[in-house]
Amino acid sequence: MKRHGTFVLSMMAFGFAFLYVPIALVVLYSFNGSSLSTVWGGFSLRWYGELFRNEEILRAVLLSLRIAALSASVATALGTLAGMAMARLPRFRGRTLFTAMILTPLVMPEVLTGLSLLLLFVSLHDLFGWPGARGGSTIAIAHITFSTAYVAVIVRSRLTGMDPSLEEAAMDLGARPLRVFLDITVPLIAPALLTGWLLAFTLSLDDLVIASFVSGPGSTTLPMLIFSKVRLGVTPEINALATVIIVIVATGIAIAARTMRRREARHAERPAPLGTGTG
Amino acid sequence: MEERTPLASTPWLDPDARPFVRIEGLSKHFGDFKAVDAIDLDIYRAELFSILGASGSGKTTLLRMLAGLEAPTSGRIEIDGVDVTDAPPYERPLNIMFQSYALFPHMTVEQNVAYGLKKDRTPGPEIQRRVAEILDLVQLSSHARAKPSQISGGQSQRVALARALIKQPKVLLLDEPLAALDKKLREHTQFELVNIQDQLGVTFVVVTHDQEEAMTLSTRIAVMNEGRFTQIGTPNEIYEHPCNRFTADFVGKINLFEATVIGGGDAEVTLRCEALDCTITLPHAAPLAAGAAVSLAVRPEKIFLAKEPPRETDRTVLRGVVLDLGYFGGLSLYRIETGNGTVIEVSAQNRQRDARGPEWDDEVYLSWDASNTILLGE
Ligand SMILES: Nc1ncnc2c1ncn2[C@@H]1O[C@H](COP(=O)(O)OP(=O)(O)OP(=O)(O)O)[C@@H](O)[C@H]1O
Ligand SMILES: [Mg+2]
Repeated sequence: MKRHGTFVLSMMAFGFAFLYVPIALVVLYSFNGSSLSTVWGGFSLRWYGELFRNEEILRAVLLSLRIAALSASVATALGTLAGMAMARLPRFRGRTLFTAMILTPLVMPEVLTGLSLLLLFVSLHDLFGWPGARGGSTIAIAHITFSTAYVAVIVRSRLTGMDPSLEEAAMDLGARPLRVFLDITVPLIAPALLTGWLLAFTLSLDDLVIASFVSGPGSTTLPMLIFSKVRLGVTPEINALATVIIVIVATGIAIAARTMRRREARHAERPAPLGTGTG
Repeated sequence: MEERTPLASTPWLDPDARPFVRIEGLSKHFGDFKAVDAIDLDIYRAELFSILGASGSGKTTLLRMLAGLEAPTSGRIEIDGVDVTDAPPYERPLNIMFQSYALFPHMTVEQNVAYGLKKDRTPGPEIQRRVAEILDLVQLSSHARAKPSQISGGQSQRVALARALIKQPKVLLLDEPLAALDKKLREHTQFELVNIQDQLGVTFVVVTHDQEEAMTLSTRIAVMNEGRFTQIGTPNEIYEHPCNRFTADFVGKINLFEATVIGGGDAEVTLRCEALDCTITLPHAAPLAAGAAVSLAVRPEKIFLAKEPPRETDRTVLRGVVLDLGYFGGLSLYRIETGNGTVIEVSAQNRQRDARGPEWDDEVYLSWDASNTILLGE
C-alpha cells in the first residue's frame, strides 16, 4: 500500500516535472540580470523593462491579439451555424460528405492548409486585385477557416445532447425561429460558444505555420517574432515575454473557473427573479 | 346557463354539431413506412379525447402533425373552421405538452410559464397576474422562483401543463402526460387534469398507451394500430362493444374464441364454436354468410365462477378445472381449462374476507349470460 503510494507519487512528480520544469526555467531566467541567457547573473527586472520598451514586440503582441479576437469571433459565428446544420439537418443525400468536409481542417496538416491558402490569396489577387497586400487580414481569414471546424464540432456535440423538444416547445408557444434561437438555443449552448471562442482564440494566438505562409512584409505575429528571434539565440527578453504570457493565461483561466463556479452556486441557491435572463 | 339537451354532452351523436377539430385523410409516411395512414377524425369542443395505442402505432406522429411540428404527407387539418394544415406551429391556436415536459432549464418556473404570453407581447402586469393565477391553479405558487432542476417530476408535469394552458389555447395536446409519474400520483393527477379541463373548458387531445388512463379521463377514445384507428367511441363503447378483434384484445382482458356461422335469420345468427363446444344464437343486425369465420369474445369479469352447476338454463355453461389462479386483493384471476383444452380467463371479486374460492385443480362451472358474448366480424 505504502510502496504503491510512493510509486504513484514519484510517477506524478516525474510527470509534472516533465511538464513544468521547462516553464519554471523560462520564468527563472526571465529574472536573470546577465545578458547571457545561460549564465545566472543575479536577480533583476531589467528584461521586463526592456520588453515594455521594445516596440517591435509590442506591435507583434497587439497584432496577434487583434487577429485572435477577430478570428475567434467570426469562427464562433460561422462554426455555430455549421454545428447547427450538422446537428439539425434531416438526413439528405451527401450528408456524410458534407459533415466530413466541414471537419477536414481538423486533420489537415497545417503546412497544406497554409500553402493552399497562400495559393488562393495569390490567385485572388491576380484575378480581382484583392487582397492587395497580405498581412493581418489574410492571417485572420486563414485562422477563421480552421477554427470554424473546431467550433462546429463543439457546438454540434452540445446540440445533439440537447432535447429537440425544447425548441419545439418554444415554437409551439409562439416564438418564431429566430426568437427560438436567441431565447432557447443560444443560452443552452452558451458554454459551448464560450469554449469554442476560447479555443479559437488560443489556436490563433498559437499558430506559427499557417500565419507564416499567408502573412506579408511588416505583419509579424508574436509566434513569428519569437521564432525568428530564437533562431538567433534565446534572449532574456523572450523569457520575460513568455513569463508575462504565462501569468496572463493563468490569471484568465483562474478567473474563468471562479466565475463559472460562482454562477453555478448562485443558480442553485437563488434563481433570478421574473423578467431577467430572458429577452 | 346553457340549455342542456342530451346531445350537448354527446355532440358526436348530433348530426348538426360542428366539429372543433376536423382531420381529413391525414397521412404521414417516413419513406415507405406509413406512420399515420389516412386518418379521419372529428373532435368536438370541450371534449377530452384520448388516442390509445401500442408503442409505435403513430400516436405521437399524429399529435405532432396537429401541433405543426411535423408536415403531413397528405390530408387536411381544420381547427374551429380554419384550415391550419400549412400553418407553422407558432400560428396555431393550440399548445402541446410534451412527453418529456421540455421545460426550459435556464428559466425559472415563473419564466417558463410566462414565456408564451411574452411572445404574444402581452403587457407586463397582465402577464404577472395570469402567471400567478395559473400557478395557483396547479398549486405551484410556492415554487415560482425555482428552476426546473429543483422540482420533482410531478411538479414538472404541472409546470408543463400550466405553460401549455396559459395562452388559453383552443386545443391542448398532451403526449403521455402522466407517463413519468408513479401510480399514486398518476391517479391523483388524472382527476386534477379532468378538473382543470372542466374549469377551463379547453378541448384536450391526450395520447396515451395506458388504458386505465384513457378510460378514466376521456369523453371518447380512438384506438390506434399501425397508423389507423381501429375504433372510435366512448370508453363504455370501446370496452363493452368493441367492433373488431384488435380493439377487443387491446383494451382490457378478453377471452377470444374462433367460431363459424352455421345459419341465421334477419336479426340473429347461429354459430358453432368448437373451442367452447357449443352452438350459440346471437342477435346480429347484418346477415352473415354461412361458413364465415368470426370470433366470440367474453370479458373475464362477465363470467360467473361456481363450484356447483348454475340453476338457470339460458346461460352458456362450461365445466373445467382451475389451471392457475392469481390473487390481486380486490380481485382474483383464474385460468380455467375446459374439457377440450380451451383456457378461459375469469376474474372474480373477493366479496367476503374469509370466503374460500376455488383452488388449484378444483372442478368448477363457468357460466355467462348470452348477452355478454361479443360477436366480432374479423
Ligand atoms: N422522424 C421519423 N423518421 C422515421 N420514422 C419515424 C419518425 N418518427 C416516427 N417514426 C416511426 O413512426 C412510427 C410511429 O411513431 P410514433 O412516435 O408516432 O409512435 P407512438 O405511437 O407515439 O409510440 P410510443 O407509444 O412509443 O410513443 C414508429 O414506428 C417510428 O419508428
Ligand atoms: Mg409517443
